[in-house]
Amino acid sequence: MNKLNFLSPDKNNLYAYLYSGIGLFSLSILIVFLNSFFSLDLTSFLPGTISYFLPLIIGFMGLHLIRIEYSGIKFLDIINKNINTNKFNALLSLLIIFAVIKSLPPLLSWFIIDANFAGDSKDACSGSGACWAYIKTWFNRFMYGMYPNAEQWRINLSFIALAFLGGVGFFATEKFKKYLTLYYVIIYPIIAFLFIFFFISGGPIFFDFSYGIIAAVISIIIGFFIPSKFKMYYFLIIPITIYILLKYVFFYEELIELGKIQAFEWVETGAWGGLSLTFIVSFFCLIFCFPVGLFLSLGRRSDLPIIKYISIGFIEFWRGVPLITVLFMSSVMFPMFLPEDMFIDKLVRVIIAISLFEAAYVAEVIRGGLQALPRGQYDAAKSLGMGYWKMHIFVILPQALKLVIPGIANTFLALVKDTPLIFVVGLLEIVGMLNLAKTNPEWLGFAMEGYVFASIVFFIICYAMSKYSYNLEQKYKTER
Amino acid sequence: MNFKKILPQLLTLVVVILVFGFFSYNAQVNMENRGITFGYGFLSQESSFDVQFSLIEYDGSHSYLRAYLVGLLNTILVSVIGIVFATIIGVVVGIARLSSNYLIERTAAIYVEFFRNIPLLLQIFFWYFAALRALPLPEKAEPMFGVFFLTIKGFFVPAFVWNNLDIFIYSVIAAIIAIFFVRAYAKKKQENQGIQTPVLLISIGLLIILPLLSFLLGGVNASIEIPVIEQLSKTSFTYKGGLKLPPELISLALALSLYTATFIAECVRAGVQGVSKGQKEAAASIGLTPNQILKLVVMPQALRIIIPPTTNQYLNLTKNSSLAAAIAYPDLVLVFAGTALMQTGRAIEIVSITMLTYLTLSITISIFMNWYNNKIAIKEK
Repeated sequence: MNKLNFLSPDKNNLYAYLYSGIGLFSLSILIVFLNSFFSLDLTSFLPGTISYFLPLIIGFMGLHLIRIEYSGIKFLDIINKNINTNKFNALLSLLIIFAVIKSLPPLLSWFIIDANFAGDSKDACSGSGACWAYIKTWFNRFMYGMYPNAEQWRINLSFIALAFLGGVGFFATEKFKKYLTLYYVIIYPIIAFLFIFFFISGGPIFFDFSYGIIAAVISIIIGFFIPSKFKMYYFLIIPITIYILLKYVFFYEELIELGKIQAFEWVETGAWGGLSLTFIVSFFCLIFCFPVGLFLSLGRRSDLPIIKYISIGFIEFWRGVPLITVLFMSSVMFPMFLPEDMFIDKLVRVIIAISLFEAAYVAEVIRGGLQALPRGQYDAAKSLGMGYWKMHIFVILPQALKLVIPGIANTFLALVKDTPLIFVVGLLEIVGMLNLAKTNPEWLGFAMEGYVFASIVFFIICYAMSKYSYNLEQKYKTER
Repeated sequence: MNFKKILPQLLTLVVVILVFGFFSYNAQVNMENRGITFGYGFLSQESSFDVQFSLIEYDGSHSYLRAYLVGLLNTILVSVIGIVFATIIGVVVGIARLSSNYLIERTAAIYVEFFRNIPLLLQIFFWYFAALRALPLPEKAEPMFGVFFLTIKGFFVPAFVWNNLDIFIYSVIAAIIAIFFVRAYAKKKQENQGIQTPVLLISIGLLIILPLLSFLLGGVNASIEIPVIEQLSKTSFTYKGGLKLPPELISLALALSLYTATFIAECVRAGVQGVSKGQKEAAASIGLTPNQILKLVVMPQALRIIIPPTTNQYLNLTKNSSLAAAIAYPDLVLVFAGTALMQTGRAIEIVSITMLTYLTLSITISIFMNWYNNKIAIKEK
């Protein structure tokens, strides 16, 4: 048996070091644990400063004793490799462990133990914990804003329909997949916008647009069975025919006026709000900014000088200014630029402003992808006799877009995080609704709960998006 | 002439001109109807509104131009504070993410994932309305180190009272210029004769000695003014003397730096990971010490990757500081595009000036960055 040298532990007396080290380490954790969970101070007999630092000293000694390289015990080696490589690392690890143990009890008691879950007024919330009854009472408002309760199914239904429309691509066969890009870039944004916007706002105007959408959908479905020879004539005639039939034969307007088919109640956009507005704004901006950004990026790389410089000017302008001034512009300056009798809805103005703003960022991201493609790809496409559009649609863009998936996902994430800014023009999405609820005299003093709730909601949305984009990136990664 | 090339350009040009023409025609008609004439003359008029917090002397009798300057300076102040703290936190967290210590790496990762996935505006609101509201009232505040008072009305810190401040500033500037000369001389000496000069020691010495000389010989002296509690009325207290940082500034700077630091941390991580292992091994094999490897081989290459995206983040931070309007910190957007616009009703002029200011700021920085990028780019044959 060798002599024990506690300053430099070695393998010869492995178990002696191991037991004493683990003992000291556990003791230090026990002290902190008892102190924070049961406010029990084991070291109170020592003078103040020493008592304060004692767990750190004991734990440090313990970790020093078990720092034995190649001990042959798998668990010990893993611990040493990961948290205990040298003195500095050991100290930092201890600090982190203690900080976690120390901060757990107050967090737990605020979130769960002392929190109030039941009740529907401020009186239910007494005590030091969070008042989740506040969130529960206001939940409907946080989700739907001032939208009338009886009509909220319209918002739900439009999101379901949206998911359904978007899901078309998922179940499409290989044959139709090549048309899907076109569908997602051009047709889907328009249909989705018309549908959601006019469905949620309601009123008689809804019917006009819904006829148009139904006509378009029916004609596209029938269109699959038409021989390609006649397709062009078919798409020129049939949608308009179906539209006219729907409008004047099946549901002619007298029926609506007679009240036999009631139009939806009109809900002005100022009443929309809450989390659903966050989704609506970010969704529309997302689908509009992508095509605009795509064309801008192509314009910036174009050989034609005028188009090139207009694109550069446009992109650099939007990238140089903060979003909040863009929204200011859309709310106070833009109406000055329109004829007096022309009025564009507040929400539409905001959506246009954010879309243009984000389009500039998307354009720069896509340009990065275009620049990363080797010249040979362009040359090869040209040598096959492809024109500009054919080359880009079939050769360049599929590769370039694959490269920029993470960048585009980041831009979209930034977009979602930017939506709360629409408070500038008086639209209240979830953060705006929180600020409104905070000032309600019956519910004063619950700012913390509201912000924590909104943070969790946004964290879930954004984290899920970033993970999804990561998966997408892995899926489309091609060896080059 | 190639018809296929001319036509699309001509069409675009016509469309752009038409859109601009349409807008400016309508603007003219609208302004005539409201009896406003376009012009920037209002800038010299008396502003007659007050600003809560300003770095230069300002009250209602000053002009709108002065109000614009107040806002601009406040924007720059919060951006500079934010950039300094974001860089410090970002570099520390970025290096922590590369640590071999599992706990440290995870802690840093959780911080990054958490703070960058929550909208900045929500974070600002959280700090301002929830976290800072939990601070004590001035009369109940416990002093930190005896001189700092963190209260619900703001953060009160001791301030320096200077005599002959200008001489002190000149001495610091002289020290910095001298350091540049020393560096240039040391580099030349090393290239010509292979002798290394202890530049760092000389620089630190210069930075200490020259300002010290200004104290001893230049008649500069500074005293420290400590905030003292003062009763305004029966229930209202405040601190007098020293420097007051308003809670708006604190919460804005806190939120901006914590949010931007997550992005800077990712840039730093990507930069250090981007230096290939072979570089370090090669440097070690020719006998460089670990410090020299870091200074001469790893850092120059890592910085080349780190700096461009980090500058982008600085720009974003500056632009994001305009969110100050949400918590009434008097920055450019709030003072100028908010209050001044409400008073004058000159939407086009004021919004255009505000946007132009931000645009100038970003374009200047990006031109500088492009120049810098070209300068440090690896020149391959």
